[in-house]
Amino acid sequence: MSGHTPKSRVTLSEPTWVKALIMLAGLGFLGFFILLPLAAVFTEALRRGFGAYAEALVEPDALAAIKLTLLVAVIAVPANVVFGIAAAWAIAKHKFPGKSLLLTLIDLPFSVSPVISGLVYVLLFGAHGLLGPFLREHGVQIVFAVPGLVLATMFITFPFVARELIPLMQAQGVDEEEAAITLGASGWQTFRRVTLPNIRWGLLYGVLLCNARAMGEFGAVSVVSGHIRGETNTMPLHVEILYNEYNFVAAFAVASLLAILALVTLVAKSLLEWRHGAELAATARRH
Amino acid sequence: MTVSSGFSLFRRRNRSIIPGFGLTMGITLTYLTLIVLIPLAALVIRPWEIGLSGFLHQVTEPRVLAALRLSFGAAFVAAAINAVFGLAVAWMLVRYDFWGKRVVDATVDLPFALPTAVAGIALTALYAPNGWIGQFLDPLGIKVAYTPLGVVVALTFIGLPFVVRTVQPVLEELDTELEEAAACLGATRFETFMRVIFPVIFPALLTGFALALARAVGEYGSVIFIAGNMPMVSEIAPLLIVIKLEQFNYAGAASVGIAMLILSFIMLLVINLLQRWSRRWAGV
Repeated sequence: MSGHTPKSRVTLSEPTWVKALIMLAGLGFLGFFILLPLAAVFTEALRRGFGAYAEALVEPDALAAIKLTLLVAVIAVPANVVFGIAAAWAIAKHKFPGKSLLLTLIDLPFSVSPVISGLVYVLLFGAHGLLGPFLREHGVQIVFAVPGLVLATMFITFPFVARELIPLMQAQGVDEEEAAITLGASGWQTFRRVTLPNIRWGLLYGVLLCNARAMGEFGAVSVVSGHIRGETNTMPLHVEILYNEYNFVAAFAVASLLAILALVTLVAKSLLEWRHGAELAATARRH
Repeated sequence: MTVSSGFSLFRRRNRSIIPGFGLTMGITLTYLTLIVLIPLAALVIRPWEIGLSGFLHQVTEPRVLAALRLSFGAAFVAAAINAVFGLAVAWMLVRYDFWGKRVVDATVDLPFALPTAVAGIALTALYAPNGWIGQFLDPLGIKVAYTPLGVVVALTFIGLPFVVRTVQPVLEELDTELEEAAACLGATRFETFMRVIFPVIFPALLTGFALALARAVGEYGSVIFIAGNMPMVSEIAPLLIVIKLEQFNYAGAASVGIAMLILSFIMLLVINLLQRWSRRWAGV
């Protein structure tokens, strides 16, 4: 700290009152927008005691919503993991023209409103959609059914794993893989024994964020769901229905489960950043 | 496999000895096309069944214009609030030491992790006239929930991490020698900040602002609970898309969607130009 050198009175810090003001602004802002909403969720959920809270969670429609949310995530997340790994392998380990265009296209779902992400599937598969009549003829229902929920969730969470793995694998280069191949390993062996151990924490990081978004997505699934209780209601949609029925305790009880999921995700994400920061693309870029 | 043979054009350019390019590229392009490109193409094609005049008629309806104005206006205000307070948070996290700093740092990402519907009902509970915060604002005549102000609150919440997370790394890498030099040459701390620090972090601040803005424009889940959704007053554009879909007005819904995409694109283009100009101005 050069501020303490005797010959110059050079200070690299603000006056105390400015410091206090910045701290107040920063902590106050986080308090109002992070802490209070989180506290509100749990307070409202437990407003009528733990009994009412537990009751709201074991109610059949709530259980159906929980099951459906898990089902959607169990399909959408692994699909995006396979895609993410394939995309990162093709993009980071090979040279080809049009690479930056491909990267832009992979990012597209991030820049589209969630409602539009749902809308595109209704325009495609809905009753008046492009493929609607064809699907009806063959008795296949996509929109207002589980396949639509899965598709919309896949669209929304599409870039998460790829976005984490591509910069990570690009930074790691191709030397280790080339050495393995030269020594006679097959492509699959190289991936399993060389690449996968290198990217495992980054992959986990991507999966965490992908899963949190998949389970919590509201806008996109709301458009394709049709809101059939016990059938096409995921947890966030169930929260909305309960809330609109003025069943606030139940709404906040289901919401509290989602808030817990968010907190667990944050803790796991922070642990990964602290312990394995160097092996993550997100923090490697930050330092 | 047909996928690998389809990429013989790429093969020629690709001199890597690492195998699997055809297979992984095949998976990538197939998945990208099925999940993202074909559905988005359906959005772009749809409005043209009503023609250009039909499209213009749909998007110039007074209710649509009011919704677009609210979505973009509230998103702009929210992003501006985030630029100011996000900078304070980033500064505090990089420059100051305080107890519990790591936890505070981690909580900044909560809006990324918390489902938007949960945020929506929580903020409504806080800002409703009888809520924790609302009960103090109500006697002052300030109504937040069920007004455009509520929309700004929700959009501020969901955009919160963007400015912090773009400014933070730049502040961390900032060389304090420059600040020292400025201070040695007699600059006050305020002058040092304005002339030395601010020009360097300004492009990052703009990036964070743009990301928060882009996210807020399309936001739906957290807004619809707190907004009250009165047509012409507190109805956002994404909600209007949902309403038009429920009325089976597919072309109308797609038209509003396209209008939103075009406006976002123009907005981001302007910010991009501004950023390039500011980079040149800062000399970085």
